[in-house]
Amino acid sequence: MLRYALKRLISLVLSLAVASLVIFLVVEVAPGDPASFMLGVNAQPDTIAALRTELGLDQGKLARYLSWAAGMLSGDFGTSYTYRTPVAGMIADRLWVSLPLALYALTLSTLIAFPAGIYAAARRGKPGDMAVMGATQLGVAVPNFWFAMMLVLVFAINLRWFGAGGFPGGEAGLWAGLHALTLPAIALALPQAAILTRVMRSALLDILGEDFMRTARAKGLSRRQALWRHGVRNALIPVLTIIGLQFSFLLAGAIIIEQVFYLPGLGRLVFQAISSRDLIVVESVVMLLVFAVITVNFLVDLAYALVDPRLRSRT
Amino acid sequence: MTRNLILGGVLSSLVLLAAAVSFLWTPFDHAAMNIPAKLQTPNTQHWLGTDHFGRDLMSMIMVGARTSIAVALVAVGIGMGAGVPLGLAAAARKGSWLDEGIMRGNDLVFAFPSLVIAILITAVLGAGAVNAIIAIGIFNIPVFARITRGAALSLWEREFILAARVAGKGAARISAEHILPNVMNLLIVQGTIQFSLGILAEAGLSYVGLGAQPPTPSWGRMLADAQTMVSFAPHLALVPGLAIIITVLGLNLLGDGLRDHLDPKLRVARA
Repeated sequence: MLRYALKRLISLVLSLAVASLVIFLVVEVAPGDPASFMLGVNAQPDTIAALRTELGLDQGKLARYLSWAAGMLSGDFGTSYTYRTPVAGMIADRLWVSLPLALYALTLSTLIAFPAGIYAAARRGKPGDMAVMGATQLGVAVPNFWFAMMLVLVFAINLRWFGAGGFPGGEAGLWAGLHALTLPAIALALPQAAILTRVMRSALLDILGEDFMRTARAKGLSRRQALWRHGVRNALIPVLTIIGLQFSFLLAGAIIIEQVFYLPGLGRLVFQAISSRDLIVVESVVMLLVFAVITVNFLVDLAYALVDPRLRSRT
Repeated sequence: MTRNLILGGVLSSLVLLAAAVSFLWTPFDHAAMNIPAKLQTPNTQHWLGTDHFGRDLMSMIMVGARTSIAVALVAVGIGMGAGVPLGLAAAARKGSWLDEGIMRGNDLVFAFPSLVIAILITAVLGAGAVNAIIAIGIFNIPVFARITRGAALSLWEREFILAARVAGKGAARISAEHILPNVMNLLIVQGTIQFSLGILAEAGLSYVGLGAQPPTPSWGRMLADAQTMVSFAPHLALVPGLAIIITVLGLNLLGDGLRDHLDPKLRVARA
């Protein structure tokens, strides 16, 4: 187990290093000099040169990459070109919106998918199963930002149960925050819930075909008892993996949903930074998201190997 | 023929037909403004209504279908064009540094949140249909590479491949003449699914303003325009949304149906 964990850890570090290099290079290709962009068209050449020195843009690419990467390791993400404040602080502020939103959506998607998947598997081939599977087909096909607009139309504009957007901020309290994130979380959760329902159903169907399920029935358990005691528990392993992977999808997917609801999360930060050529903010947010995805994948792999010893010998 | 295959086929060809017909005919000029006729709900003259400039929605949807289909199709082409040869090469040289390198590269691309990188690429290279294609296409490469390699690996163990090797054919020739035709079904099914994912991705990118630029109509941008007017003209948001749903649903059903139809093993297991 330790060997396996070590091996995966090395590949985690390598992936992160390559990812940071790729992101840095992609952003470096961007046309337009941030310094001249910030000072406008009428700026004097020597003012631009001075700002370039101040921002460190006059150094070589390699030196800038190394100082960016080294800074990130110590929690220093650099200073925003436009706002002149530490990027780490800006990101931390925005995470207070994006992270709860992703967790909220993950909870909703799990709460929908578990019962729906179990219900469908228990009634395989019957009308109830067909209805659930039809609903998941639809759920995967609906763009979540469009679904978000429809939610706004029905629940914010017509019924006035929720606001159409915006976020009250930390001082308004937990309840107000959750209330503001409810519609975005539902919109974000829908496609993921559809996928998770399908995974839950097929994982359970695989288990139901196992010999030990027949044994459980033979020793006198009712269908329902056998399903819950032996079926659902065993089906959880693949389902938990998918839940882990979905978290990172939700964090990234929040970027577009935040646009619909005017939420001050990471997504809005990225789009503002892109339009003002605040490259260091773009780099750092993207790197943070990639870091989240790679790390979650790593933890899921590790948890999986802990549960299932067969996986350790592979790779 | 399953129900999925028929329903998926009908929905998909409906959208393809609308896109094809738009080259020859649309009810109105999709870009022609007609302010007096603005914000009409669906009626006999404007079948799907008009937008805030009085443009005919039906015509915009038909022309927008071209953008969606073109972007998603070329993105699938990029994925297959690069991914399939990589997968074939990795399988032919199983366990070598080439195989290892290709698979590690795949893992790396998979680790990136695709939407974020698509946004990054379009932001850096500039918004536009071509860059959206590149951004979506890159993430299709590992999908096809992995699926090709997986299927090809088991084929390499089969006797007819051994026969081909005895006959003196090299790895490249065997891959092209014997492996590729046998993984084709799988690739068609996956291609359909990636096609539908591409339609969704294109809609998302153009919704945030990073896809096709005006005057090229696109479903995602129609939705972005509709957002501020959704309270008094909900049909502006409903129409493009339903167009996306019908297309993606149709392609997904078609993919599922094709998989059941092309894979005889599944057919037996179902019966």
